[in-house]
Amino acid sequence: MSQSASYLELSYLQVGLATLLILFNGALSVALRLGLGKRLLVASLRTTVQLLLVGLVLQQVFSLRHWAPVLALAFAMVVIAGIAAVRRTTHRYPGIWVDTTLSILVSSWVIAGLALGAILRVEPWYLPQYAIPLLGMILGNTLTGISLGLERFTDTLTRGRDQVELLLSLGGSRWEAALPAIREAARTGMIPILNSMTVVGIVSLPGMMTGQLLAGVSPVQAVKYQIVIMFLIASATALGTVGAVLFSYLRLFTRRHQFQFEALRDTL
Amino acid sequence: MYHQTVISDSKTTLLSASDLGRRHPGDDGWLFHDIDIDLQAGDRLALVGPTGSGKSLILRALALLDPVDSGEVLWRGHRVADAEVPTYRSQVTYLQQRSPLVPGTVEDNLRVPFDLQVRSKLPFPRDEALHLLDTFGAGDDFLAKKEANLSGGERQIVGLLRAFLAQPTVLLLDEPTASLDRDSAASVEELILAWQADAAEHRTYLWVSHDPEQVARVADRTLKLARGRLEEGA
Repeated sequence: MSQSASYLELSYLQVGLATLLILFNGALSVALRLGLGKRLLVASLRTTVQLLLVGLVLQQVFSLRHWAPVLALAFAMVVIAGIAAVRRTTHRYPGIWVDTTLSILVSSWVIAGLALGAILRVEPWYLPQYAIPLLGMILGNTLTGISLGLERFTDTLTRGRDQVELLLSLGGSRWEAALPAIREAARTGMIPILNSMTVVGIVSLPGMMTGQLLAGVSPVQAVKYQIVIMFLIASATALGTVGAVLFSYLRLFTRRHQFQFEALRDTL
Repeated sequence: MYHQTVISDSKTTLLSASDLGRRHPGDDGWLFHDIDIDLQAGDRLALVGPTGSGKSLILRALALLDPVDSGEVLWRGHRVADAEVPTYRSQVTYLQQRSPLVPGTVEDNLRVPFDLQVRSKLPFPRDEALHLLDTFGAGDDFLAKKEANLSGGERQIVGLLRAFLAQPTVLLLDEPTASLDRDSAASVEELILAWQADAAEHRTYLWVSHDPEQVARVADRTLKLARGRLEEGA
């Protein structure tokens, strides 16, 4: 490969050298009786096993050069992100799994699709080298936004049940009664990405940009990619969060302008 | 005093429900059922019954705040369509046992109904608010008082005034004096009676109470609820 000259290939021996550092940490924990040894061991093993498995899958998908496995992998990533997002919520209602997965699916696929087809103009569009990492970065952030947004939405409704019902009792529509919670939820879901957009490059270099720099890409190019990615993530997070909150609004507020408080269940 | 339910021609039926029922979620039992209610313009009706007999749930069902499993609520003889529910509730207003207040001043709270689409063409009737406040000796400065600094009785009064200003025809009152001390309870009761007497032919309430003396003072007719079913009494 022509680009092999621009970065250093790693051997398993080199990975093993990094493992020595973890062993040193473990020894430190034992010596100081920090009680972290076991957790460190499990975490390191998980890192190794999970990444090796992902590597194997990616290697396969990359070598097949066909749209079907790329789409299948992308779909699996969405489902896993959906499960992860719901597991972070403490108030749930029947249908939250569908709402969450659907809003993650739509927001991430629409934004990733636009990025591949209209912005980066990758040929063919499913080229896994672009499609998979792009989708991965979008998903990781969207799921955070969605779970924060849904958590805030259901929490505001649970704590503020009296306020919601006050508005309904006085003749407010379901939209008027839910709007304060919807606003609150959308803002909360967007906080992490807005924060990272504010400090990006100042406090730390983002992972993708770091990766590109390590791979020998020029800093200007890496920065351009990073800007595009940040905007993609922000758009997908906004779309996904608002989508999930609206889906959940439609489930919790009936057409007869009733708030179905009883549908909300605490998982704690 | 005993009042026969007389359906005179001069009175109009505002709110009626027949065979109203709601099931216990998850099992076959009923929370309440076979509820027949007929509220006519000017009615002063009390709903009594032991704790947990479903009084609040019936009020909520009449305000269309909860779904029902049988029967229907009719407004002036017609079913309320989905889109008309907010308008219906602006006429038939359910008042929670403790009026929830929004953060801010008393005036902010009194303005809440006038920020809603259903009353978008009505300006906030400040003079009317001041007039109502005057009836229990409070003035301009009370409007500027912070919600957080109000006593329990004052909170309840603000909740009532907020409802009065929004000009409903029917009030569904869920033990409005239950959580108040004697004096506050007396002024709240007086306030509601005065509101009704002000347009005695039209204004109507259904008052949930567990105090027989209060019922005797405020109601012309009483509905008794036992084990989720109604029986009419004196």
